[in-house]
Amino acid sequence: MSIPLNWYLILSAALFCIGLFGVLSRKNAIAILLGVELMLNAVNINLVAFWRYLDPAVMTGQVFAIIVFAVAAAEVAVGLALIISVYRRRKTVIADEIDLMKW
Amino acid sequence: MTADKIVFLLCAALIISSALMVVTTRKLIHAALWLVAALFGVAILYAILQAGFLAVVQVVVYIGAIAILFIFAVMLTRKEMLDKGAQTRSNWWLPAVLGVLILVGLVFLILGQPIFSRTAAQIPVEVDTLRNLGTALVSQDGFVLPFEVASVLLLAALVGAVYIASGNNN
Amino acid sequence: MDFLNDPLNFIAGWMRGLLTGWGLADGLATVIIYFIGITVLIIFAMTLDIILVWVERKVVARFQDRLGPNRIGPFGLIQPFADIIKLIIKEDITPAGADKLLYNLGPVLAIASVIFLWAILPLSAKIFGVDLNVAVLYLVAAGSLGTLSIIVGGWASNNKYALLGAFRMVANMISYEIPMVVVLLIPTILANSMSVQGITQAQSGMWFAILSPLGLVIFLISAIAELGRSPFDLNEAESEIVAGFHIEYTGMKFGLFYAGELLHAFTFGGFIAVLFFGGYGGFFGLEKIGFFSWLNNPFIQAMVFLAKAMFGYWVIMWIKYSMPRIRIDHMLAFNWKFLTPLALVVLVNTAILSKVLGGLPNWGYDLGMFLSNILISVITVEILRAYGRKQRKTGVKLTPRGVQNQEQAV
Repeated sequence: MSIPLNWYLILSAALFCIGLFGVLSRKNAIAILLGVELMLNAVNINLVAFWRYLDPAVMTGQVFAIIVFAVAAAEVAVGLALIISVYRRRKTVIADEIDLMKW
Repeated sequence: MTADKIVFLLCAALIISSALMVVTTRKLIHAALWLVAALFGVAILYAILQAGFLAVVQVVVYIGAIAILFIFAVMLTRKEMLDKGAQTRSNWWLPAVLGVLILVGLVFLILGQPIFSRTAAQIPVEVDTLRNLGTALVSQDGFVLPFEVASVLLLAALVGAVYIASGNNN
Repeated sequence: MDFLNDPLNFIAGWMRGLLTGWGLADGLATVIIYFIGITVLIIFAMTLDIILVWVERKVVARFQDRLGPNRIGPFGLIQPFADIIKLIIKEDITPAGADKLLYNLGPVLAIASVIFLWAILPLSAKIFGVDLNVAVLYLVAAGSLGTLSIIVGGWASNNKYALLGAFRMVANMISYEIPMVVVLLIPTILANSMSVQGITQAQSGMWFAILSPLGLVIFLISAIAELGRSPFDLNEAESEIVAGFHIEYTGMKFGLFYAGELLHAFTFGGFIAVLFFGGYGGFFGLEKIGFFSWLNNPFIQAMVFLAKAMFGYWVIMWIKYSMPRIRIDHMLAFNWKFLTPLALVVLVNTAILSKVLGGLPNWGYDLGMFLSNILISVITVEILRAYGRKQRKTGVKLTPRGVQNQEQAV
């Protein structure tokens, strides 16, 4: 393992920023969720890299990553259900047009 | 340049280029499939980091479940946003500038900390990380409470998703 | 190092000597040897696939009281090669509205998801790709790539039958993944290991098929569903949606889907052998006796493994050619209302008993496990009988709520 830790951190920072760009710039609600997935993965890379480089005998990093998996799965399931439900009623998936509660 | 550095760089190139395709490509179904490629790259990264369990779970959960859900959602809503029209907002440069600024700041911070340039020691042979992970998830002085809370969260998400998407609730 | 006792390491050592003798760096030599090893494994799997085409056609002919291919070569053995030539010289059509890249990616992913599985298939104690410590989960991960291949192929064809087939297949595979994962934990618990080598070695005294017959049955059912073979072949369903997800594929691209399905079935036969029938070993302690020590030879073990895998494949074929296709709502109801709860019950039973009976001698442990499985099966059958009796009495049709609505909506 001759790779320095900061390579992982920079990769994860780049992935996070790409995900952030996706979330902020996309119109389609599904595409926004795709960006969120990228950001969650960036976080996971960090967690696993720190687990490996600090103390592999302490499993906190991996356990945290597993919890992130569970949260990501839950988020996608509910998020996509909401998007499909909105699409059924309003025939749109563009986040800006879902503005019934805007005043 | 050792072999693991080359593998890491190839893998990083795969992740970054597919992630860029995810946020820029016009066809949403392609975006979802590029997400699969990016997630696969992350799984390889976990394998390089000797977290084999996470690598496999990444493929099972993200590619086997989450990506398939995304593809389904795109197919079910594709009448509207197939290819016509712009996929990004008109002021897309603002998030781009923001992203680049945050990235530059983060890289600056990471490179400024000498502790982050360390390399990892070999995992001792007697440390069985898979067994340790299993024990940590269910032992009382480990993470049994977060583990159980996560299961409740998943159940709630399951019920919620079925209720919202079933369409019989109006 | 003796070729007969450790062939892979022998050849690898010889090639390493050869390559470093040419002046290559040791690291580069390792990479080249790994690449050659992967290529040989893939070629072996694909050659086996050609033989499987012949086996499949011969066996189905026997099931249907026919002779099968017998014109080209002895017993029709050259027939698969003729098939391949036919497929290659057919016109390769890409439909007008298809998404070209994804359309071509579908068959590649389909065969790749099977080849991935061969990486962990242990042909013998010394002949295997890699001994992962999470091999059991890897099996599920490779299956999810297969799901992806079908949805990609079905969507990119730009055909409504293909899309319907893909939708059905994904519903099928995602649902049946759950009992499969649950039931894969049973060999894991019994062997205290997730690696295929560990699971195989734990069965040297007693097959897990005897310790957990219910686990075997559930794994077989969910494996058939994962393969998309009859009675779960809703993805193809010739009589309803013509050919399902591969309706638009011609020539060798269709051939790749077909070859992938056959090899997938054989591979799952192999996994049934590994997880429940002792893999390359499992001679009930016979190999420890001096006279039978030849059973430890890697080539003999590979023969034993392939024979067991072929038996598993034969069982899958037997079911395929004897059962009619089931309706999609029945298929989903069967999984969610019957198979998943049963798998969970069997898993909990195995986990508790392996703790409770852990102190007993081996025969007591085995007997306890076996009897508990029999008890669960008897209770299950009784519950089903009571349910069926109630259904007949009230005259309610076995149609789940919502199906009529969906039919109207479509």
